[in-house]
Amino acid sequence: MKTIEDLKRLREQLKTKNNLRHDGGTQIIVGMGTCGIAAGARQVMTAVLEEVAKRKLEDVKVCQTGCIGMCEKEVLLDVVRPGEPRITYGRVTPADVPKIIAEHVVNGRIIAELAIGKIVE
Amino acid sequence: MREISLHILDLVQNSIEAGATAVKLEIIETIVKDSMVIRVYDNGRGMNKKMRQLVIDPFITTRTTRRIGLGLPLMDMSTKRCGGYLKIDSTPGQGTVIEAMYQHSHFDRPPMGNLVETIKSILVGNPVLEFSYKHTVDDKSISISSREIADILDGISLTQPDVLIWLHGYLSDNIANLYGGANDENN
Repeated sequence: MKTIEDLKRLREQLKTKNNLRHDGGTQIIVGMGTCGIAAGARQVMTAVLEEVAKRKLEDVKVCQTGCIGMCEKEVLLDVVRPGEPRITYGRVTPADVPKIIAEHVVNGRIIAELAIGKIVE
Repeated sequence: MREISLHILDLVQNSIEAGATAVKLEIIETIVKDSMVIRVYDNGRGMNKKMRQLVIDPFITTRTTRRIGLGLPLMDMSTKRCGGYLKIDSTPGQGTVIEAMYQHSHFDRPPMGNLVETIKSILVGNPVLEFSYKHTVDDKSISISSREIADILDGISLTQPDVLIWLHGYLSDNIANLYGGANDENN
């Protein structure tokens, strides 16, 4: 059974690896309003976190946001690579997540057929 | 919503949208009393009496506040269908407490569902939120808070891959243990 002590040990290991993360990594944002949750946002979030753990992505930041008004296109998932426009993917399913991570987050290639919008900041 | 754990995720998101910086989740399951009580406390902007009545009516919506939606009416319905209730206690400027009660053995009570993923999403997806979770099933209980984890991690993010794996294992093991080690209610 995993314990808090395990986390303390893990912290010590990570300290020696000296891989403290810096700001400026890629951000993944999942829409978690009632509409998002009803459409399966938690499962998408779970898939994102599994993929981050599996691929050992050290510089990705994952967060959640509320309803932004495009409820019919939920689940919405945004990817923001540093210095690049914010890309919104719509009707995302857990099955789409490995592709979005491999193509866009890791390799920087936007998946046009899943994208529904682009915000230039 | 097919799972109580999805309603819980929704309640916490409401709190965040109400400007809360701290949210406390409490789940108390008492089999002898046949009850399951869920409470979400927040320090968000709160609601006045009129608003408290409006939020559980799905047909009234004021678009000026983002708190209004289907989330609370859906949970209100779901509790009432199961011999329970949804109670809102709120003070403008101070915060809100939502209490949902279900008759534990009720036939129509949705399953708790994947509580591990709900707690994980809240903790990881809201890195600046002060979140605490306490869950009691009869005489067993667990608690975890974002502050406790952050103190140990000392600057390392929860999205660090090895930390994510720990978090998943920790929540799965401890929540399963509440139910006697079996995953009956949690998929």
